[in-house]
Amino acid sequence: MNSEIVVSVCMGTGGIAAGGDMVMQAFEKEFEEAGVSNAIVKEHTRLHKVGCRGFCARDVLVDISVGGIISTYQYIQADMVNRLVKDHCIGKRPVTEWMVGDDYHNFHDSQTKIVLHDLGKIDPESIDEYIRVDGYKAAEKALTTLSPAEVIDTVKRSGLRGRGGGGFPTGVKWGFCAANESDQYYIICNADEGDPGAFMDRSVVEGNPHAVLEGMIIGAYAIGASIGYVYIRAEYPLAVERLHMAIKDANERGFLGKNLFGSDFNLKIKVKLGAGAFVCGEETALIASIEGERGMPRAKPPFPANKGLWSKPTIINNVETLANLPHILNKGAEWFAAIGSEKSKGTKVIALTGKIRNTGLIEIPMGMPLKDIIFDIGGGIEGDKLFKAVQTGGPSGGCIPQQHIDLPVHYEGLASVGSMMGSGGMVVLDETDCMVNISKFFLEFTQSESCGKCVPCRLGTKRLLEILTRITEGEGKEGDIELLQELAEDVRDSSLCGLGMSAPNPVLSTIKYFRHEYEAHIKQKKCPAKVCSKLLTFFIREDMCVGCGMCVRACSVNAITGEKKQPHKINNTLCIQCGSCFDACKFSAVLKE
Amino acid sequence: MLNLNIDGKDVAVASGTTVLEALRLAGLEVPTLCHDERLKPFGACRLCIVEIAGMPKPVTSCTTPATDGMVVKTNSERLYRLRKTTVELLLSDHPNDCMVCGSSGDCTLQELAYLYGIRENRFLGEVREHSRTDHNPFIIRDQNKCVMCGLCVRVCDEVQGVGAIGFSERGFEAKVIPPFGHDLDCEFCGQCVSVCPTGALAGSLWAGKPRSGGVVKTDTTCTYCGCGCNITLSSHGDKVIRIDSVADNHNRGWLCVKGRFGYEFINSNERLTTPLIRKKKGGEFEKATWDEALSFVAEKLSAIKEKHGADSVAGLCSARCTNEENYLFQKLFRVGFGTNNIDHCARY
Amino acid sequence: MAGLAAKFGSGAMTNSVAEIADNDALFVIGSNTTENHPIIALRMKEAVAKGAKLIVADPRKIPLVKYATLWLRHKPGTDSVLLNSIMKAILAEGLEDKTFINEQTQGYEEFVQSLDPFTPEYAEEMTGVPAKDIIEAARIFAAAENAGIYYAMGITQHVMGTNNVLAVGNLAMLTGNLGKRACGVNPLRGQNNVQGACDMGGLPNVYPGYQKVDVPAVQEKFEKAWGVPLSGKIGMPATVMTGAMLEGSLKGMYIFGENPAMSDPNTTHSVKAFESLEFLVVQDIFMTETAQLADVVLPGASFAEKEGTFTSSERRIQRVRKAINSPGQARSDLAIIDQLYKRITGQGDLEIAADPVAIFDEIAGLWAGVAGMSYGRLEKNSLQWPCLTEDHPGTEYLFKDGFNTESGKAIFSQVPYVASKELPDKEYPFVLTTGRQLFHYHTGTMTRRSSGLNKVAPEPFVEVNPADAKILGVNNGEKLTVTSRRGQIKLKAKVSKIVPPNVVFIPFHYSEAAANLLTNDAMDPVCKIMEAKVCAVKIEKR
Repeated sequence: MNSEIVVSVCMGTGGIAAGGDMVMQAFEKEFEEAGVSNAIVKEHTRLHKVGCRGFCARDVLVDISVGGIISTYQYIQADMVNRLVKDHCIGKRPVTEWMVGDDYHNFHDSQTKIVLHDLGKIDPESIDEYIRVDGYKAAEKALTTLSPAEVIDTVKRSGLRGRGGGGFPTGVKWGFCAANESDQYYIICNADEGDPGAFMDRSVVEGNPHAVLEGMIIGAYAIGASIGYVYIRAEYPLAVERLHMAIKDANERGFLGKNLFGSDFNLKIKVKLGAGAFVCGEETALIASIEGERGMPRAKPPFPANKGLWSKPTIINNVETLANLPHILNKGAEWFAAIGSEKSKGTKVIALTGKIRNTGLIEIPMGMPLKDIIFDIGGGIEGDKLFKAVQTGGPSGGCIPQQHIDLPVHYEGLASVGSMMGSGGMVVLDETDCMVNISKFFLEFTQSESCGKCVPCRLGTKRLLEILTRITEGEGKEGDIELLQELAEDVRDSSLCGLGMSAPNPVLSTIKYFRHEYEAHIKQKKCPAKVCSKLLTFFIREDMCVGCGMCVRACSVNAITGEKKQPHKINNTLCIQCGSCFDACKFSAVLKE
Repeated sequence: MLNLNIDGKDVAVASGTTVLEALRLAGLEVPTLCHDERLKPFGACRLCIVEIAGMPKPVTSCTTPATDGMVVKTNSERLYRLRKTTVELLLSDHPNDCMVCGSSGDCTLQELAYLYGIRENRFLGEVREHSRTDHNPFIIRDQNKCVMCGLCVRVCDEVQGVGAIGFSERGFEAKVIPPFGHDLDCEFCGQCVSVCPTGALAGSLWAGKPRSGGVVKTDTTCTYCGCGCNITLSSHGDKVIRIDSVADNHNRGWLCVKGRFGYEFINSNERLTTPLIRKKKGGEFEKATWDEALSFVAEKLSAIKEKHGADSVAGLCSARCTNEENYLFQKLFRVGFGTNNIDHCARY
Repeated sequence: MAGLAAKFGSGAMTNSVAEIADNDALFVIGSNTTENHPIIALRMKEAVAKGAKLIVADPRKIPLVKYATLWLRHKPGTDSVLLNSIMKAILAEGLEDKTFINEQTQGYEEFVQSLDPFTPEYAEEMTGVPAKDIIEAARIFAAAENAGIYYAMGITQHVMGTNNVLAVGNLAMLTGNLGKRACGVNPLRGQNNVQGACDMGGLPNVYPGYQKVDVPAVQEKFEKAWGVPLSGKIGMPATVMTGAMLEGSLKGMYIFGENPAMSDPNTTHSVKAFESLEFLVVQDIFMTETAQLADVVLPGASFAEKEGTFTSSERRIQRVRKAINSPGQARSDLAIIDQLYKRITGQGDLEIAADPVAIFDEIAGLWAGVAGMSYGRLEKNSLQWPCLTEDHPGTEYLFKDGFNTESGKAIFSQVPYVASKELPDKEYPFVLTTGRQLFHYHTGTMTRRSSGLNKVAPEPFVEVNPADAKILGVNNGEKLTVTSRRGQIKLKAKVSKIVPPNVVFIPFHYSEAAANLLTNDAMDPVCKIMEAKVCAVKIEKR
């Protein structure tokens, strides 16, 4: 055992993108050539690297374990493998300069991992590996020793709340559902992760699909559902493949199908592919989609728990919510309730992105201050620029400014400043981000993803977007800010579903905290962050310009003139502020103001 | 029974009643655009919103089931503002061509614009430009006027069971179209036209016909099959210009293509307009006065009866004509000729 | 109608259209409901949407099949075999309603015996419907709490049409689906006022309200009311009139609002008959095929030009109101008949116009079924007969308190198998069946003069199964000649799986290729209905 060499290469969607499969082949080849026969090159993962350690920026990450001592390397490429095999695996001399540093450990040490705990530790395609880490023990415990009511009670006591955005107490929702008289109940796993830049659900399904299935078994038992659906985006081929594999294996072991764990409880789980409509993450639209209808939300009440799929009582839980359940059943409601804050229990998986050093997937105890996430786990702002805001909760979340940097991250905390938890997206913005433009960006997304059913969302978001667009183009008018606010409030208050209700959040929160940026666009026709090109003037610094002519070639409207090797000039009456010259100049001689 | 308080009024309603139904029972009204009692609630237009004590946001009364003890407000400054914004948004993407629109005067959106006094629109912006491609002879679709209430889609699916149209695209581009955007090819029952709250769907036959001035509406019964649908016939002078059916009759306002659009025969120029007599067998028809024709018929039939007996004459009455006419006709044969030789085409 | 009257003492839809939505099972046979009764079909679709089971029995794959739980594609003319075998299967499984049979019917033992030959296996051979489907239909229908039967000309226009109706009635009786809501035996009437024309005594054997002309007490009642002696002799049904005209005993005729020269089966024959008349008067709104044969044509009024009442399929009497004036000299039919009545009988004042209100009151005085109705009441609401008194609400469904027969019980009938008169043979190998299309109505006098309808359904066609088309070498849209022993028409082929192999279908709306030139005028012995639904034809590509 001690002489065993284990190399774990991340081979998930992210790992492969970074060259993981080539790294893997290189290891196989080097070991063969070196005659090392006691090495196991593990597809550790073939897992999403991000899922496994969350540190996507450092891919390809490789673990080398020699004699039980594990070293982690970062940024590994195929041409580096030869030295790793020779020096570390054979020569027992780790290549310290390639190993991860303190920041890597900081990134991990501040996290509390429940849902992500086993990601990267087990092979997601092996049901045995899941069983090895106590997999399906919780389901067995629930079905053989607890009544459905006791399971619901346990989940209620744990304080678990829906991780898909709403934050509704899971056990309470189950209780509502189970209270209905019906000949059929359904459980649906919502894996229709639609927020741009979000990948927590995908990572969990790719990295630990059995945990999701086990969560569904527990939920199905609690409400009495004999049929379950996993609604997952067709754009997640690896996740879909692993899910199918997991369902097949679980069926073969008797964890799904008839008479689970010797009980008289049956459960069949089907996979339903979504076509990538953002609104299908909304539970009534998701139900419509499974029923074969267009993914359009239906008014609530009636809530799905009372009248859901095919008008039967239905529970819809998000991937992360379900993946928490086995741990709650195994370790107890009290254990779970001890993590997190008073009203928000447990942990939250967050996709940390934007202008930050350590981007990736993280899991934090509820209530961790924003500051700790951004500066400890995230390692602070990239390029030592100034922090401006953090946008949370996906495209319909709000922007939280510097003044709230100590805000605890839990459902109530985020809501108190006009944002939300959502599914856990977190985009860090710095001084070079224009808040009007950011808000326009998110509105573009929500408008194009509106299903078009209700008037405030279909037309309200369109008009909000038009007003924002004209502000960023210098056409903003006196009164536009107030108009935006009024319309945003009306859209928020009268839309049918969560999409429309939350779509105005970016507008409202940016006006609230960054009104001066709006005013600068409208009154001074300036973009303080120098982002909105229509409001910029481009010019060339004579002392920096070498007269190379790159800018002349980049300019599509012939606005730049100058002799060779002489400083050039921009004719601002011709310039269309496209920024091509700015990007083309290698000498930083083009400036914008 | 469930007891509710709506705008200070106590109302008792049966379980299963929606808040909208309850407030109407209480004699109150809220605006609606996407609601039709004959269809399942949809909740798209957001105009019927009400405030319910204990609920954080306004909810649509059409979709919300009434519960015991519910306290409902149908009007407040907030609700007024939200409804007005909704109407204003709809108008911001609607051609303001009421003057030449066939639905002027019979348009829910127009009425709402008037009620909320929307002269200026804060939200003017891009408007949809759909091209019109329909070639069918019954239904004109003007999608620029569509408010996406979904009534047409729902009636076609829920009532007619056909599903000839559906929603397509997302966001501002969302629209109602036949599959793949093809031309409408369906049963042309016109149920969709009858529920459309604007001029987005209209009968081709109505185009260019008077909208209100001089139009007389007559409630009557359809002349085609034995369903006996109630219809309202609009006429202008002696021309029939349109047929509709109101929602609260035994056919619930639904008609078929013949009943709704098959009325041109009434004003056909092939109608018989004068009595005709053929003086001798094999000869041509000649125009006659009523007196001539009637006397001629009475004389001829009476003469045959006199000569050959009562059973040498016979009559066929009509499954198309009225009870009174049929009664008088059989009476004519039984009393006038003394024969029971009367029948009609019940058998074919 | 004669069939139902014999069994129950009344011939009309037993139940109402609105109740259809509450049926648990529906059995639709010989009715292309979505095309011929589109609004009644909506209630059927509603019932299906609410979970009802729908059984459709039709040789053609009619649009209603799309909504059906079970489709029985029987051979044309085998309706009674199919119905009998379903009943046989119900008995075999013990699913009959014993209480209803014991308390409310008679003739049960003989009826059960008469079913002996109709095993599902025998029926499979005769009808082409798999035995298991027959058993399934029996189970669906008999298991339903409320099950209704809906039929139309598809089962009546046969030589054994009366038998078919009797079999339908037997099925309802066997399963106790009479005398309560949402069930019953429901003939769907093809024209707006067929029900009314029958109710008003537009029949050779009855006065208004189905009061028999050959019952002396009835004759006396009407003689007293009308003040003249009346004939106690049953008159000729229309189908018999044709023969009487040809033979010369019938010499003068007055036809109003009908187009028998096109709607009669074997029209060549009936045209010849009309031509042989000494005198023919036709009253219509158009110069129809029949009017062209007349000696006098009187211009009547369309429904939009007159006051009166229509009676719908569900016995609902409703007002018809005048909206516009008739063109030219055209007059309301009531005014014309009234003038002739006065001139022929010598009664009444020619200067006083006929009053529909007074006539309706006269009807109400003679027929107890509408005694409680008046224009005053009808102004506000339509009413369904029977409506016996002024405060009677009308009748949603019949036989709540027993049947109108002498015993008060419904009578089971024995229905042996009778084959269609003309079956395919070597020379005429195809079965022709006829009917209507959604976009047209009857002989097309109205719909073919409505531009839109005529645009979407502009020309006649014959539906031919693809297998037959292949053998004939015919492509969709190619011209065919269809010939029967009685006539020949040319029209386009519509190659379609709607019809089964060896069966063709032609709508009878088109005068340029009138289907009834081909059809058979063989008659049902009781009802004198002609066999428009089955005859033998040959098809040639030409």
